[in-house]
Amino acid sequence: MMKKLFVPLVVIAAAMFAYAPVMIANAPYESTMGLVQKIFYFHVPSWFAMFTAIAVCGVASIIHLFRNSPRADRIAEAAAEIAVLFGLMGLVTGPLWGRKAWGVWWQWDAKLTIALLLEMTFISGILVRKYGGPGSDKLAAAVGIFGLAVTPFVYEAVNIWRTIHPLTSVVPTLGASMAAPFWFCVAAYFLLLALLLMLRVNLGKRQAALDELYLAYED
Amino acid sequence: MSFRRLSVVLTTALSSFVLLASTAFAQQAPAGQAGFVPVDSVPLADQLPAAPLLITAYAFVWAATMVYVWSIWRRLNKVEDEMRALAQKMPPR
Repeated sequence: MMKKLFVPLVVIAAAMFAYAPVMIANAPYESTMGLVQKIFYFHVPSWFAMFTAIAVCGVASIIHLFRNSPRADRIAEAAAEIAVLFGLMGLVTGPLWGRKAWGVWWQWDAKLTIALLLEMTFISGILVRKYGGPGSDKLAAAVGIFGLAVTPFVYEAVNIWRTIHPLTSVVPTLGASMAAPFWFCVAAYFLLLALLLMLRVNLGKRQAALDELYLAYED
Repeated sequence: MSFRRLSVVLTTALSSFVLLASTAFAQQAPAGQAGFVPVDSVPLADQLPAAPLLITAYAFVWAATMVYVWSIWRRLNKVEDEMRALAQKMPPR
């Protein structure tokens, strides 16, 4: 089922990413920031995709911790890696926007700092898996759950603390001409997330099959 | 020292000073800004262009995705190669 769906979904995702710049170009300019505000159309969807990947990782980690499910562990591992990828997109596109809008590449305010820490949390999860030795899957699951618990604070940071970052009220109050390209980009990112998850979980499956083959060979 | 000799020395020294002084003053740095004049907006020529930042951001998204897909593909190939090598080593059942 997944294999049959994969190729059509890749085609749809590629078409959406190819068409997204056209929609972004046709979207109106923001009154104070002008052209550079258009980074918003792929900066915010990057974070949405990261938060979704973290949710998948967190739930799969809980299942793995309590039911010792290798399948859930593979999903958690894949989702953590993808969360790092989308987080990196957010952390790179954000400063490019900030350089023009705020005059600085980076500001150590609450929102940006906590977002960087979230990214580092998931990088640490990957490192724990790679170098942690036996039992590192459980440790990585704990890191995944911790990341899930921290995520609402990253999203709400702009409402809790005073920061220079735009508020969360920006997205719900978007006008139709800005909302259409924005939600189109969000859909494209979610599709990309699903495709990458399928690819990465398949890699995990093959690695598990290889491990079983090694065990059979040693026996 | 005779008057004639003294006048030659003084004339040479004075003309040297005049000639060198003009060169020395010409090499001086311009005077520092005495005051700042505020304007309402940054002159157009000084504004940071937005387009390169926007294009870089979009290109980075594509590049990061491509690199990640390539890394998965490379790891998958490595696993498949190892599986094939192991299958050849295993005795037939």
